[in-house]
Amino acid sequence: MTRRKLFREVSAEAGLLLIGIPVLLWTMIPIYHMFLFAISPKDAAFSGQLWPAHPTVRNFEIVFGQKHHFLYNFWLQMWNSLAISCATAVLTLMVASAAAFAISRLRMKGGRLVMNLALFTYFIPAAFLAVPMYKTMGMYGLLNNDWALILAMVTVASPYAIWILRQASDKLPVELDEAALIDGASPFQLFRMVYLPLMVPSLIAVGTYALLLAWNEYLYAFLLLSRETAITLPVALGNFLSADDSPWELLMTAGFIYALPPAAIYYAFRRYMSSGLTAGAVKG
Amino acid sequence: MTTTTIDSNTRRDSRRAGFGFALSEKQVWGLLFVAPYLAIFVGFVVFPVGYAFWLARSPQLYVDLYNDPVFLRTAVNTLVFLIVAINVKMAIALFLSGFFTHKRWWVKILAVLFVLPWAVPSIPTIISVRFMLNPEWGVINQLIFQLTAEDGPNWLNDPTLALSLSMVVHIWKSLPFWTLILLAGRLAIPHELYEAASVDGAGAWHRFAYITWPSISTLYVTCTLLSMIFTVGDFNSVYLLTGGGPADLTHVLATLGIRYLRLDQVGMAMASIVCCLPLILPLVYFMMKRLSR
Repeated sequence: MTRRKLFREVSAEAGLLLIGIPVLLWTMIPIYHMFLFAISPKDAAFSGQLWPAHPTVRNFEIVFGQKHHFLYNFWLQMWNSLAISCATAVLTLMVASAAAFAISRLRMKGGRLVMNLALFTYFIPAAFLAVPMYKTMGMYGLLNNDWALILAMVTVASPYAIWILRQASDKLPVELDEAALIDGASPFQLFRMVYLPLMVPSLIAVGTYALLLAWNEYLYAFLLLSRETAITLPVALGNFLSADDSPWELLMTAGFIYALPPAAIYYAFRRYMSSGLTAGAVKG
Repeated sequence: MTTTTIDSNTRRDSRRAGFGFALSEKQVWGLLFVAPYLAIFVGFVVFPVGYAFWLARSPQLYVDLYNDPVFLRTAVNTLVFLIVAINVKMAIALFLSGFFTHKRWWVKILAVLFVLPWAVPSIPTIISVRFMLNPEWGVINQLIFQLTAEDGPNWLNDPTLALSLSMVVHIWKSLPFWTLILLAGRLAIPHELYEAASVDGAGAWHRFAYITWPSISTLYVTCTLLSMIFTVGDFNSVYLLTGGGPADLTHVLATLGIRYLRLDQVGMAMASIVCCLPLILPLVYFMMKRLSR
């Protein structure tokens, strides 16, 4: 290897590092800051050290043991988050896969119109729909009921879900349907026995998308749910924020625990997510 | 490609009409299958939107909005947010998507970490940033004090700084997503093009200007417009960091509706949203044209 070539390779590597290190710091600092609070004793959290002198799991004990008046309903709120996210994912999958099947495989009249209506909903900024949704849920008498948030999240999640599922199901060979129909299958049997099994990868992507959307949602959750025992975890964290005497280290610990499941789910399903979800966007 | 499959499908459909079940029966089944979605659409989109327009029907509301200094300030903030934050974000995403095409073991690890801001929920990380910015105990001002022995600025008490920091938070949160999309676009470019260019002695800049950019410029514009629509609805970055303060000077349209709701002025909330429909609807129409092909 000549000296000049070596020099060029080293400088290319240095150039990459010069981008990579700031990117790493930029990405990790807020997350690390949160983690640092979670493992620091109460009075040491503000000292500005890179690593606490006496790291502790005391904060986690307090949060898990619900030993602070901000946290009396921690497990219940965690459960609310979980139940609402799972219900949203299941309902979104049912609604969206049925709609995508009708539009793409049954080629129903007006399917294109339905698709366009759904896309239109997808493009209405969620914050704009929030206030009308709040008033409407009040009229339906659903405020402070889990179903208010579940239905709102299904409304927000299903347009994109239908769009992704329709694109995936357009790619399935039409011969499959024909063969099943000749054998005398009804459209419902076709849906259940041919269509759904073939769509599993896209269904995983869409289900994960809906699950994370509902788990992460703050705006709709804090508008639609307000009773201490009905709220989800993000709303509880937001309530921490409005108090003057908030125990920051506990807030960061609870926030850290709350952020773990979506990160884990994202990495577990990364393959499905990136292929399923970016496919749509790249197409345009 | 999509259009050809649709064509062949419809041809098959007409052939199939002779046997199997009758067309009308299939339509009935189709309606049954879309019925759940239609029910949700009518109950939770059509009705709320219709109700919102009905609440926002009085012309007096728009006069009041125009006379409300908070609304004007909010409109300006929203425009600044859209223009500055999105263009900065997309430019960085374009740049970083090039960085992530490099095949190094540590770039792969970094790419996995880089997605974290997008994969974790907004509220804990934004609160974490908010604590970092606390004027007395926050780590940033502590560092400033240790280094210069002077007090750092009261970050979130200055409207310009506070809005800028909201933009930074927004960029931090959504940069990974757009970088990944642009990265996918870059990876779809045939590698032979770059090899041919290298043989011809093209440098990095020429490779970008003559191969990369022409291949992904459409994608870049689509992403920018989509990001614009999404960002108009970005409630968290502003609300959780500044809460609209100080003195209601950092609201954007997404948070203003909630402010009016809190003040029990639901009509104003709806009217403020109706006001920005002329901005949003052309964008939505354009995106639908693009995506529903």
